[in-house]
Amino acid sequence: MLELTDLTVRFTPKRKPAVLALDNVSLTVEDNQFSVIVGPSGCGKSTLLRLVAGLQEQTSGTMLLDGQPIEGPSAERGMVFQSYTLFPWLTVRDNVMFGPKLKGLGAKEAGRIADDLLDSVGLAQFAASYPKELSGGMRQRVALARALANDPKILLMDEPFGALDSQTRQLMQELLLDIWQKHRKTVLFITHDIDEAIFLGDVVHVMSARPGRFKESLPVDIPRPRTMEALTSEAFMGLKRRILGLMHEEAVKAAG
Amino acid sequence: MATRSLLAPKVDIPKPVYSGLGIASVAVILALWCLLSYGGLVRSDFLATPGEVLAAGWERILDGSLWENTRASLTVILLGFLFASILAVPLGILMGSFKAIEAVVEPITGFMRYIPVSALIPLLILWIGIGIEQKIMVIFLGTFFQQLILISDVSSRVSKDLIDCSYTLGATRRQVVWRVLLPACMPGVMDNLRVTMGWAWTYLVVAELVAANSGLGYMILNAMRGLFTDVILLGVFTIGILGLLTDTIFKLLRRWLLPWSADF
Ligand SMILES: Nc1ncnc2c1ncn2[C@@H]1O[C@H](COP(=O)(O)OP(=O)(O)OP(=O)(O)O)[C@@H](O)[C@H]1O
Ligand SMILES: [Mg+2]
Repeated sequence: MLELTDLTVRFTPKRKPAVLALDNVSLTVEDNQFSVIVGPSGCGKSTLLRLVAGLQEQTSGTMLLDGQPIEGPSAERGMVFQSYTLFPWLTVRDNVMFGPKLKGLGAKEAGRIADDLLDSVGLAQFAASYPKELSGGMRQRVALARALANDPKILLMDEPFGALDSQTRQLMQELLLDIWQKHRKTVLFITHDIDEAIFLGDVVHVMSARPGRFKESLPVDIPRPRTMEALTSEAFMGLKRRILGLMHEEAVKAAG
Repeated sequence: MATRSLLAPKVDIPKPVYSGLGIASVAVILALWCLLSYGGLVRSDFLATPGEVLAAGWERILDGSLWENTRASLTVILLGFLFASILAVPLGILMGSFKAIEAVVEPITGFMRYIPVSALIPLLILWIGIGIEQKIMVIFLGTFFQQLILISDVSSRVSKDLIDCSYTLGATRRQVVWRVLLPACMPGVMDNLRVTMGWAWTYLVVAELVAANSGLGYMILNAMRGLFTDVILLGVFTIGILGLLTDTIFKLLRRWLLPWSADF
């Protein structure tokens, strides 16, 4: 279980006014839960995820993962970025083996993990390719496989499909759910896209405009496995309307 | 259609057209040279004819002096460039990614890169004499500081997300430097080594200005006294061809060593 309590982050850039990015944010993510965060641009979503990843320090507040305080980055908290972050000098397979090898696993064991995961993201036949030969969607699938290769306790995803076209994006969402169903990971997922949030999430946390706070958490009561048809169901539409309403309030507030 | 692609920016043109234009530009210059020299439009002691340059070259190939001079220059260039690169690559990579190192190195580099190497020659003679070390030092100083700036820039441009991502995969700081930062810099490093290799050649004459008794720069300076324009041009062409050769070697080396990097 991930417990974030009273997290505050204040940026103090040189020669610029300080920014209060997060203001006393608290959040609990249950084990094996797929949690999605939506919120207006600049409200501190990425900042929150980077905190959990250990890539950034909070100004105040506590973060516990399974009761242990989070200090610095670790392989137990894997992350998929919006930008393409595959290592261009490694083949697809070696990219996925990167984490397991750092852990000290032998080439054989790490290779087996990589092959399994590449299989489940449907890229087994690209194992020997370099990232430059892959499309954007394929790169993100490898990035997902690479993060999963460490068997992390929690998977952090910061708009991982944000740069993809809507068709690819839809396919990626289905693939992600497939894999999640198989691996049953705790996921904390950020997106701008409300459809994406509802389609993927067990729960959708809506953030307020900066300084970010959680405004409301809405459970998604749509049965799994979810298919495209879910997108047009009554439950989906109702939830979407509510989230849109909340987001609109925030947008108006942000516009001042 | 054909003319449209010739006139549109950033549009590829057919390979034969490309090669044809290249050959044509060389041919025009050669023709102009022939016209000026054989046609008597320029005094013969100002501009040797192509035939005279070839003859001078042949003569010096036969007596071995062209090779002797080439070897002397190559030694100076390659050693100077090698020492500069060995120091500039690691230091530049660290400088671009570690603020503390940047703070230490930046002021010196920022200052030194604007000093003409020729201005330092008197000091170099005083400090390290007039042997080959002094010539190597000229090449070293001419390339090192430029390399440092260029490579530190390459390093500072490595994506922050790539580094952060490595941490979330369990890499330690040391592992991030060795396994991520270093390889991520390699394409940029190779490109800039290639560029600075070209600059190293341009320092050759300066390097052989003092107390040289062999080398292509020396050959040119020596020929100047007697206005032997054929030998001067021979030296110029030899340097140009060697420069082209090293450039091609770097290009191939990059393709061979870094097949994963995006084409350029
Ligand atoms: N390193 C930093 N220094 C200064 N300010 C920062 C820094 N990182 C983020 N900020 C500011 O903090 C606020 C929150 O940024 P963050 O990237 O977390 O927002 P976000 O919700 O992810 O936005 P988006 O939806 O556009 O990705 C923004 O106003 C941003 O300008
Ligand atoms: Mg963001």
